[in-house]
Amino acid sequence: MIEYLPILFMFVVAAGFVVFTMVVTHLLGPKRKSKIKLETFECGIESQGNARLPFSIKYFLVAILFVLFDVEVIFMYPWAVNFKQLGLAGLLEMFAFIGFFLIGFFYIIKKGALKWE
Amino acid sequence: MSTIPVDISPAYEPAGYGGEGFFATSLDKVVGLARKNSLWPLPFATSCCGIEFMSTMSATYDFARFGAERLSFSPRQADLLMVMGTISKKLAPVLRQVYEQMAEPKWVLCMGACASSGGIFDTYSVLQGIDRIIPVDVYVPGCAPRPEQVLDGIMQIQKLAESESIRRRDSLEYKQMLSRYGIE
Repeated sequence: MIEYLPILFMFVVAAGFVVFTMVVTHLLGPKRKSKIKLETFECGIESQGNARLPFSIKYFLVAILFVLFDVEVIFMYPWAVNFKQLGLAGLLEMFAFIGFFLIGFFYIIKKGALKWE
Repeated sequence: MSTIPVDISPAYEPAGYGGEGFFATSLDKVVGLARKNSLWPLPFATSCCGIEFMSTMSATYDFARFGAERLSFSPRQADLLMVMGTISKKLAPVLRQVYEQMAEPKWVLCMGACASSGGIFDTYSVLQGIDRIIPVDVYVPGCAPRPEQVLDGIMQIQKLAESESIRRRDSLEYKQMLSRYGIE
């Protein structure tokens, strides 16, 4: 165990350095905590309203759908490169994959997730 | 293309007492050295001086060799406010708010005739010099100033940063100076 002691020292020195520099900068650094200084930075313009507003669920749906189809295309690239080596089995597997995907796609269309109005 | 005659030196150790494996100097000098060589500018570029600044940042003039590599587009991490261009009266409160939201210690470089004095825009809508609303440390004259002039201005700011006492920003004098501009 004793041979691991330098690693422990290294952790202590690393943590000590962080604590030391944070304390020293807080003691040495000049500060001016006026009301304007502590306001939210909005490029110098007065901030309007609250940033924590509920967003439409459509943003989330679009983002998730984008990620899903993005991943599908990413899977298709290596498959296309190795198309000949993978042969018929690879082709059927990819069809199955796309098939599952399309089932999900029809499901969200039926549910009306892509109806904007 | 000719070489640029700017007197540039690497960051040498400050005056102090040194020997075999140790070096001692005052805290002021160490802090000054660090501040001088790690200025983070906030470019407040509103017109053509900003274009000259872009050329200052690019490879030929290489602003980054002064330690000002990282431009900050938020006042929170910036040390140096570089006002470049015409400031209209409508923009004045914005500039002032940006200045006030910068962390201490902060310096202001005023680039070009418009920012310094309103320049040719002696009209009702243009602020006749940003020193009417915020304190300015260095003025760079010109319309627009060449990158060499901007670099000279930066080196003047570096001299200020290097020689400034670490107590200056807490001093009564400094607070009075700010209160003349109506800044808390």
